[in-house]
Amino acid sequence: MNRTVLLWMIIGWVGFMILPWYVIEDGFWGLEWLLDGYPLDTDYGPAWAQIMEGGKFWLSPFPLFLLLPLAVWGRAKSDPLYSLILLVSGTGGLGYLLLQAFTIGIAGWEFQVLETWYGVIDRQYGVGYGGLLVSASFLFMITQGIAARGVINGDVFVVSSIGLIVAIVGMFIFFPVSRIMLSALQNDEGLFSLLSFTTKISHFKIWGLGCLTSNVGCGVAWNSLFLAIVVGVTTTALGLVFALVATRSGFKHRKLLRALTVLPIITPPFVIGLSLILLFGVSGVVTQFVADLFGLVPGRWLYGMPGILLAQLLAFTPIAFLVMIGVVEGINPSVEEAAQTLRANRWKTFTTISLPLMRPGLANAFLLGFIESMADFGNPLVLGGDYDVLSTEIFFAIVGAQNDQGQAGVLALVLLGFTLSAFFIQRRWLGKKSYTTVTGKGDAGFHSILPDRVKWPIYSVAAGWTVFTLVIYCMIMFGGFVEIWGLDHSLTFKHYITAFSIEITEDGFLWTGSAWNSFWTTITIATVAAPLTAGLGLLTAYILVRQKFRGHDVFEFGTMLSFAIPGTVIGVSYILAFNVPPIELTGTAAILVLCFIFRNMPVGVRAGVAAMSQLDKSLDEASLTLGATSFYTFRKIILPLLRPAILAALVYSFVRAMTAISAVIFLVSAEYNMATSYIIGRVENNDYGLAIAYCSILILVMLSAVLLFQFFVSDRKATRRKTLPKTKTSTGFKESIA
Amino acid sequence: MSIQGNAASVRFHNVTKIYGQDIVAVDDVSFLIKAGSLVTLLGPSGCGKTTTLRMIAGLEMVNSGNITIGDVNVTKLPATDRDVSMVFQSYALFPHMTVGENVAYGLNVSGVKKSVAQDKANDGLKLVGLEGYMDRLPSELSGGQQQRVAVARALVLEPQVLLFDEPLSNLDAKLRRKVREEIRDIQRNLGLTVVYVTHDQEEALAVSDRIIVMKNAVIAQEGAPRDLYSCPENLFVADFIGDANLLEVEITSIDGPIAQITVGSLNIKLDHRGMGLGGAHIAIRPASILISVDMTGGGLDGTISKATYLGGHMEYTILTELGELFVINSDVYSPFAINSSVKVSLSKHGVTLVND
Repeated sequence: MNRTVLLWMIIGWVGFMILPWYVIEDGFWGLEWLLDGYPLDTDYGPAWAQIMEGGKFWLSPFPLFLLLPLAVWGRAKSDPLYSLILLVSGTGGLGYLLLQAFTIGIAGWEFQVLETWYGVIDRQYGVGYGGLLVSASFLFMITQGIAARGVINGDVFVVSSIGLIVAIVGMFIFFPVSRIMLSALQNDEGLFSLLSFTTKISHFKIWGLGCLTSNVGCGVAWNSLFLAIVVGVTTTALGLVFALVATRSGFKHRKLLRALTVLPIITPPFVIGLSLILLFGVSGVVTQFVADLFGLVPGRWLYGMPGILLAQLLAFTPIAFLVMIGVVEGINPSVEEAAQTLRANRWKTFTTISLPLMRPGLANAFLLGFIESMADFGNPLVLGGDYDVLSTEIFFAIVGAQNDQGQAGVLALVLLGFTLSAFFIQRRWLGKKSYTTVTGKGDAGFHSILPDRVKWPIYSVAAGWTVFTLVIYCMIMFGGFVEIWGLDHSLTFKHYITAFSIEITEDGFLWTGSAWNSFWTTITIATVAAPLTAGLGLLTAYILVRQKFRGHDVFEFGTMLSFAIPGTVIGVSYILAFNVPPIELTGTAAILVLCFIFRNMPVGVRAGVAAMSQLDKSLDEASLTLGATSFYTFRKIILPLLRPAILAALVYSFVRAMTAISAVIFLVSAEYNMATSYIIGRVENNDYGLAIAYCSILILVMLSAVLLFQFFVSDRKATRRKTLPKTKTSTGFKESIA
Repeated sequence: MSIQGNAASVRFHNVTKIYGQDIVAVDDVSFLIKAGSLVTLLGPSGCGKTTTLRMIAGLEMVNSGNITIGDVNVTKLPATDRDVSMVFQSYALFPHMTVGENVAYGLNVSGVKKSVAQDKANDGLKLVGLEGYMDRLPSELSGGQQQRVAVARALVLEPQVLLFDEPLSNLDAKLRRKVREEIRDIQRNLGLTVVYVTHDQEEALAVSDRIIVMKNAVIAQEGAPRDLYSCPENLFVADFIGDANLLEVEITSIDGPIAQITVGSLNIKLDHRGMGLGGAHIAIRPASILISVDMTGGGLDGTISKATYLGGHMEYTILTELGELFVINSDVYSPFAINSSVKVSLSKHGVTLVND
């Protein structure tokens, strides 16, 4: 019998016979169940015990499906029955598992009709280890069945990887997002109603245009859209400016510019908003100074649209820069040189050759700015004033007094509609035209220097922005040491002591600071999520770049989609989807980890795709013709050569997990609070000092993570073999973001 | 020497490969490559030769038809499970492994004992003249050396078929000649079955037992190098293998195997090769056109319009009533002057009737 089939069959049986079928209260890693009435206690019992003791009779068909694979005993892979048996076992088992999971819920039957037909039935809980293993067993029976039919040359590893990715992306992206749709379609009594949906979604609070004609505010949808477009356009333009300065001006301090680009990666976005308050808020330094100078009343102009805009511009321009610099540098200099030899002057060359070739970069940068602005939660929360935007409204719909999940669902749907449209339009606009100018052949030549009439305006914009950013960051570092900002500027360590004090007792360290709890939770969760994100991303990238199969484009689209789903939407969808069986996750650390994995997965995919495209395909082919399997090739050839990309993905997802706020704020619990949501909480209590102090510490931690990473990569470079044929190990965050 | 040949034949049976919806890369192709022979797949780029090679390797799967290696039908087997090794155009040496690790890779994968694999790798490197390079990295070798490592890596598996995908295209002209001779020597000594892809007709003529010329996804002609050169079956092969002057002619009568042919004002006799009376084409090799300054002799009148000195021989373009003729002449010491009048005639060899 095939060893892999046997292995997954055994795993399935372990899941059915030994491990607890339902989720265990004391956490995923808790082992209390072993001592507490296992196996017959219905809280901890494996499936067979649940059937016999717990009245969960509907679990009894599973052994049938789990036994079925035995029928492939002695059959060859090419035997049509072989694949048929596995497919029947897998799809049958998985299908039945999903069916019972979605029809029998927390209070017996999920649907009234079924109860009237079949009578009252026992309830069931979220799925636990047992159910998990059995599902996995069925899933891989299916993939092995498909592989045996000769799909992708019958490669079990590749087919199973695709199956796994499809299954978990479906479970943790498509399923929750579709739950939003459902809840948006439900009225207040929980019944499906198109009327209530149309009323809600066309509500004037969302789409009202009052601001054009009178003094009332416009609908939140317009507010968000307007803000996002302005931010998208402006950050793209600024990003281009910086990219040009960095590559085309002979500017001497490029390194400094590069360093600035690390800032947004290690800064939670709302921190910018905070420091803007310190500068321009009612009691801000600049405000006070100007007020004193001219005898004015300190204004509140910052709170609202101008403040959010300013904060987002500062926060997201470096991201646009990262995208643009990749594109600007990627243009083959000889194309520009060719234009010059064809009598185009520098200005003409720039407008007719360089700029059009940057089109994909411009589109990408705009899309990023647009989506980041739409999804930004922290800045509008801190600076919003009367200017309501979708992301904060969604939050208040859930946590506010109203606790209206339907309303949150509707708003989330609108927000999702905007970002997905932008995503589609961008793909449409770029179309299938090729913008690739790097051919793999050696490119000689240099990028042309900017013409003077472009150079000076660009210089001054860049310089102004840079100075402003530096001031902002000085504020952040400084603000934590001030007693009460705006009132009492005497220096103090008070905030740091409150947050991060440590007492040394006989029993060792006592983490008495108020921030330690959330700090360690954050570090732990980020550390767990990072390798999983990187691994999943790289596996997906490998399949996307190296494997051809039907549905390839759909697969690619599905895995990149979560990139266009704002964090707020993910957050709402997760609490809607994972609060009830079959998957109960709310309030656990697992939901945070999962959220990070699927939020950041596109980044890992992109980093992997970028690196993998640089690896000559004949390397894997050589390995295959030498008799290695695709799994062995992936492990021994591809992974070692992708080490820099892996590191980048690791650090990036670690850092992203630490700075994220928009999704996290819905998912944290008293037990598992994250740093960012803790800080936002302090800000809402006007405890700026502590918030700022905590931010500084976070930034320092992440900065050291990034520096450590840079050190390892450059260290590698120094000892690296001189020429990896066609393997450019360009690393860092450029590919990760772009 | 412990590395042995393990040669098997390769048979294509009505093989078709289609990319995407409708791009036919290989169209209903059949051939047999005998065990122990070196066969070249030759053709211009896009003719399907590399696809054919990759189908032998199992890197591409056929859409229809069968492939057998030895007695085994391998049509559905992936590359991993075929007893075939390939030397890639880019060599595809694993940059993170030493030369020794590269060469032993296939052996390790097949579960050969470490020490045995080590010895075999050593033998393989010895065979290509690189003993003592075990611990180098690929990046520390020259192009030619990397090439040999790639060959050694493929050889040590003692494959049934060894495939070469344009192995010399990254080498300079001098080295190319040397390496191709080495490949041929190893192939002969070990009795390997080798399938070799190239677009360089001279290279193909030099190394092959047989050549399969491909054009537009089908086989244009298959045969021994000498046959292809002297008796091309069609205009494409005549033009692609070596240079040829292709002329329209008239077959006026056929007598036994001999056809009487009118070429402008010349009358010649050639093997009719199955062609009937009427219009036809002949191919004349450049070296088969004889030039003479003796204007009283037979032949066509011509004027030298271009003359190029190439060290070993002269190349002329001669204007005649048949149009421009391309001629190679070995006399470099007393060349014909430009614009001089000459008489042009055809030699006995290197002139043949060809199909359209």
